[in-house]
Amino acid sequence: MKLSHKQVKHIARLARLGLSEAEIEKLSLQLSDILENFSILKQVDTTDVAPATHSIPLQNVFREDEAAESYPQSEVLANAPRQEGSCFRVQTILE
Amino acid sequence: MSELYQLSIHQAHKLLKQKDISSVELTKSVLEHIAAVESNVQAYITITEGIALREAKEADSYIASGDITPLTGIPALIKDVICTQGIRTTCGSKMLENFVPPYDATVIKKLKAQRMIMLGKANMDEFAMGSSTENSAFFPTHNPWSLSRVPGGSSGGSAAAVAADEAIYALGSDTGGSIRQPAGFCNVVGFKPTYGRVSRFGLVAFASSLDQIGPITKDVTDCALVMNTIAAHDRRDSTSVPYPVPDYTQQLIHGLKGLRIGIPREYLVEGMQSEVRTTLEIAIKKLEELGAEIDWGASLPSTEYALAVYYILAPSEASANLARYDGVKYGFSEQNASAAIEAAEKTRQFGFGPEVKRRIMLGTYALSAGYYDAYYLKAQKVRTLIKRDFDQAFEKYDALVTPTSPTVAFKLGEKIEDPMQMYLSDVCTLPINIAGLPAISIPAGFADNLPVGMQIIGKPFNEETILHVAFAYEQATDWHKRRPPI
Repeated sequence: MKLSHKQVKHIARLARLGLSEAEIEKLSLQLSDILENFSILKQVDTTDVAPATHSIPLQNVFREDEAAESYPQSEVLANAPRQEGSCFRVQTILE
Repeated sequence: MSELYQLSIHQAHKLLKQKDISSVELTKSVLEHIAAVESNVQAYITITEGIALREAKEADSYIASGDITPLTGIPALIKDVICTQGIRTTCGSKMLENFVPPYDATVIKKLKAQRMIMLGKANMDEFAMGSSTENSAFFPTHNPWSLSRVPGGSSGGSAAAVAADEAIYALGSDTGGSIRQPAGFCNVVGFKPTYGRVSRFGLVAFASSLDQIGPITKDVTDCALVMNTIAAHDRRDSTSVPYPVPDYTQQLIHGLKGLRIGIPREYLVEGMQSEVRTTLEIAIKKLEELGAEIDWGASLPSTEYALAVYYILAPSEASANLARYDGVKYGFSEQNASAAIEAAEKTRQFGFGPEVKRRIMLGTYALSAGYYDAYYLKAQKVRTLIKRDFDQAFEKYDALVTPTSPTVAFKLGEKIEDPMQMYLSDVCTLPINIAGLPAISIPAGFADNLPVGMQIIGKPFNEETILHVAFAYEQATDWHKRRPPI
């Protein structure tokens, strides 16, 4: 079951991952090969088996909603690729 | 033993306490040794010499006033996936090449409270994805036992450095074997605690239900000492458990009388290197001599599905965790784009390496509409079966023993072109993460002059029994005392 270039491009769009044509070709082969190896799971009987969403018996780990000091703005912006005033500067989102 | 850099934590602690050596002398010795061998090993991404010497001086003044704990003044290397305040944390990726965290991971805070000495940040496979450290965006690390071979991964830098005495101990992280497999390849001790035992706050996330931080050390005693400090409940990690932490050094006992050990037959895989099998069989005989009851007939029938389960779940979780790298708030940012989506796509195209892209794509596919049930949900159900196998086995056994890896360290370049081949080197370690169990890899011999690791798996939150078995075996053998020829 080989993934088509169209499928690869669709997944890449979902993942916000830019890919060159060469990468798309390589991935369509590699992903197909890897996914082929996973078809073994089809033969496993999982009737009445619950998905293992937690490996430890913890649920609803909450804390009181207490206000506390956050990081200083200067520290938070220290790694900003582009900054404008006290904001992170981004490219156009809406036309 | 003639050089300070060859000391273990407990040996160095004794000398520091007796004031026979100072932390500055110890740290200088390690730094000089790093300078001597690092060009061959390449374990370090960042060496923090100035910080280390300053911390060593401070540690000495505390030690002088009698304020000393086992980790005080001892120089350590931290895998570059763990946030260290003010010190570049790259995760082995161009995406975070210049990222400087504004905070320390909880484990770092805990080690600093004991006045650890920070030597630097260790090389690793990019975002912890890999089994050889060849996926580092910067350079591969070389196995000190044979420089043309891989140290394993993804904590390859940490394991190689400890093996080469370029650090007294190190921290690594383990999602599918990333502490244990390199420890096995490098003849050092590597321990993955039970999921939830050690805080993940400040650990850059790869797969949130599988990741754990753990120690990489020269011997089992050192491992117990590090565990005593890093294992704890943390309010900032809602997956960390509020269970009491014992003193792990209390379980470092000789003799294994009364212990029932199972050898799951599915781990003696078909493609296993024959010398690795023989070496492991001899090691298991030693466990028997020490008094353990060995059962070669143990079985974990769902083992054959673990690889598929892991390579669906881990990439799925990774695709979500790595969505944050979009060039907006930190990290690599491709500015040459007209709109936000294009900027994100280009940032990720040029910031991530091939293995990371592969896994993001796999995970995105497995979680996408139309495929979620067949892949992700199915894998989660089989995960329950894998966990059940272990639960049932632990009704009969106190511990399980397997090889850490089916082969010894392979050559650089040997598996990098074939992703499936690379994934197969983790078959013995993956199931343990899937089930959330604790496990250790300890030196168990050599095959073709290359280290062979033995994996000991324990019940959830029963790290003590693993350390007991590991210590008893270690003290009856000499493997951990051998040093690589560099």
